Amino acid sequence: MTRKLTIYINDKPYEVDEGQTIMQAADKLGYRIPRLCYHPKLSIEGACRVCIVEVEGMKNYVASCAYPVAEGMKIRTHTKELRTARRDIVELILDNHPEDCHTCERDGICELQRLAYAMGLRHRHFEGEKKNYEKDLSSTSVIRDPNKCILCGRCVRICSEIQKVNALGYAHRGFKTVVMPAYNMPFSESVCTTCGQCINVCPTAAFVEKNYSQELFEKLQDKNYIKVAQIAPSVRAAIGEAFDLEPGRAMERETAAALRKLGFDYIFDTQLSADLTIMEEASEFLERLKGKGKLPMITSCSSAWMKCLEQFYPDLIENVSTCKSPMSMMGAMIRTYFADKIKVDPRKILSVAVMCCTAKKYEAARPELKVNGMPAVDIVVTTREIAWMIKSAGIDFVHIQGEDFDKPLGISSGAGAIFGATGGVMEAALRTAYELYTGEPLVDIEILDVRGLKGIKEGKVMLDGKEIRVAVAHGLGNANALLNIVRSEPERYHFVEIMGCPGGCVGGGGQPYAGSNSMPLDEECLKKRAQALYNIDQHKTIRLSHNNPDVRRLYKEFLGKPLSPKSHELLHTHYKAKLPRGIVPQEMTVR
Amino acid sequence: MSCAVKCQDPRINELKTFMEGLKGSPRSEANLITILHKAQELYGYLSREAMDAVVDTMGIPAAHIWGVATFYHYFKLKAPGKHIISICLGTACYIKGAGEILEKLRDELKTDIGGTSPDGLFSLEEARCLGACGLAPVIMVDGKIYGSLTTKRVSEIINGFRKQEAASAKSA
Repeated sequence: MTRKLTIYINDKPYEVDEGQTIMQAADKLGYRIPRLCYHPKLSIEGACRVCIVEVEGMKNYVASCAYPVAEGMKIRTHTKELRTARRDIVELILDNHPEDCHTCERDGICELQRLAYAMGLRHRHFEGEKKNYEKDLSSTSVIRDPNKCILCGRCVRICSEIQKVNALGYAHRGFKTVVMPAYNMPFSESVCTTCGQCINVCPTAAFVEKNYSQELFEKLQDKNYIKVAQIAPSVRAAIGEAFDLEPGRAMERETAAALRKLGFDYIFDTQLSADLTIMEEASEFLERLKGKGKLPMITSCSSAWMKCLEQFYPDLIENVSTCKSPMSMMGAMIRTYFADKIKVDPRKILSVAVMCCTAKKYEAARPELKVNGMPAVDIVVTTREIAWMIKSAGIDFVHIQGEDFDKPLGISSGAGAIFGATGGVMEAALRTAYELYTGEPLVDIEILDVRGLKGIKEGKVMLDGKEIRVAVAHGLGNANALLNIVRSEPERYHFVEIMGCPGGCVGGGGQPYAGSNSMPLDEECLKKRAQALYNIDQHKTIRLSHNNPDVRRLYKEFLGKPLSPKSHELLHTHYKAKLPRGIVPQEMTVR
Repeated sequence: MSCAVKCQDPRINELKTFMEGLKGSPRSEANLITILHKAQELYGYLSREAMDAVVDTMGIPAAHIWGVATFYHYFKLKAPGKHIISICLGTACYIKGAGEILEKLRDELKTDIGGTSPDGLFSLEEARCLGACGLAPVIMVDGKIYGSLTTKRVSEIINGFRKQEAASAKSA
């Protein structure tokens, strides 16, 4: 049992558990000590000193994120002197920060700005030397601007500790310290998987996505194009947060309506192509189970995971499903089936994907995913970008009347919706694989073993007396642990789902920034977003991909059947090893 | 470049052998500085090839290696010139005109402190005191002290090395 200690915060006695830091104890007691570099999921950096408190008997203020509570400790959290010291610390952090808030992409949604305001910084005492580095614009997905970096190290820590990608590190020292990829190479030539988690945790605009919203605004005015959008499942589960709505509010039909108001001619649902993915992937899995191909089969929907595969795990390429992601499948259908249906030149279609993801920008640029020489998707915008566009266009999203998605690619099953949560692809695939294999519908379609935020989840399903063992990992660090098991025990699983981001797509690198009462990657928030998708699933009449009438028509009129030559041509792809090779140091602590 | 060609570089093999000897320890990163010292001893600087070999052999991410390599001034990230010129910028030399000497060196060598001349012959470094204050201002070239310098004398020294190089290039 944990020992209880008595501590005093601002002269009030409290009983707290031993073995926690001052900040942890204070958080539970309702004192939210200001902080900056701290993140509960990451190691303690103690770099920013914003969270200092006064401890009686100590000569200096202590960093509450790192200092443990002790019996009888007398802590003060906001004396006049302490508040002055904190304000000076924040002002010194701002000292070499560009003073361009009103033109900055994170104006109004910046943690540093909020902190400066909360510390009462109303006057600048210091005027320091500014940094002058070039922005790294090389990546398809992530822009790095060292001038805005305050060296809190959250990006470095999430990239190494949660994602285990280690694309970023501190280079040089002192005032010249810069967070950069190895050898100061452009981001595009590093091991970066473009997952965008550095953007999510960055308190400033040192990391932002490559933004296409202005370009999209322009293209939406071009009368020469039919403007088609597709919306990923997780966008609707999180977009409300960008409008200060409570996390977990599903805004499916609202998002469709807003995109129509923005000027799109057709709004299609990536959840439909998720159903299509399931048809192909479940069929592929059953083929592999019959001995045609390697097991365990590993999912291929997550773009960050696919880039990671090519650079970190080329030995597992044969295990990975050849199915394209739902986004690219939808893009392929828009350029072929849909263009044919409305009798327009597919080159006259602007194919836009609204995604929760920055890595999808990388995927859209993959040359091998082109359809008859055209990119399947012309522009990918994130949840953040589309939310900004909706605001900028003056669309009243909070009060908007929901509208339906468009025919013929607008109906989706509940199975397609849950794709956005970790374990969702597995659950959806098993629902369909079971019926395809046994000829009977699965009775209990909610496979709870693979839901939730545990790093690695395992489950079992019986297919006609044959035990199918599955595993699910989310976040590339957890993926590493699971893939090492796959390497050492190739027989242990039949089917493995990997999602690049913590929580799956709901925690994607393109999702809304944390609001003032939240923090990036807050687990409660991720759970609520996932629950929004599970609720959508529960309320759908069609909950199985193979029962989706639009998908059935697609096969009947165009594709034939799953894994047909046409499917192979349009819905499948192959991966190959790429450089630079990524290294996951094995002795680092598994989180 | 194919591996067959690359692997023939005796320096890379020596570095790999050196690293293999350190592999058993529980934290491979603990040996990183020792390994980088060895790499610099072999190459004269930390070449990309050497750092990549550390990534592969020790399983240390390149971003970590780069962080250490750039943190310590001792580690050089560019190939040094054939001759190393250290200019003393200590108090005595400075008072006796080291600033002008440095200006002259910059001009002659077309590089700055920490850099290498475009012809690859000279690297320019600064020193805080070479212990030859009586001869101020001084420079040291390849370990040898040249004292009581004037800007004219600096040109003569540099040209001396250039002539020597040209002669040896001809005879070779």
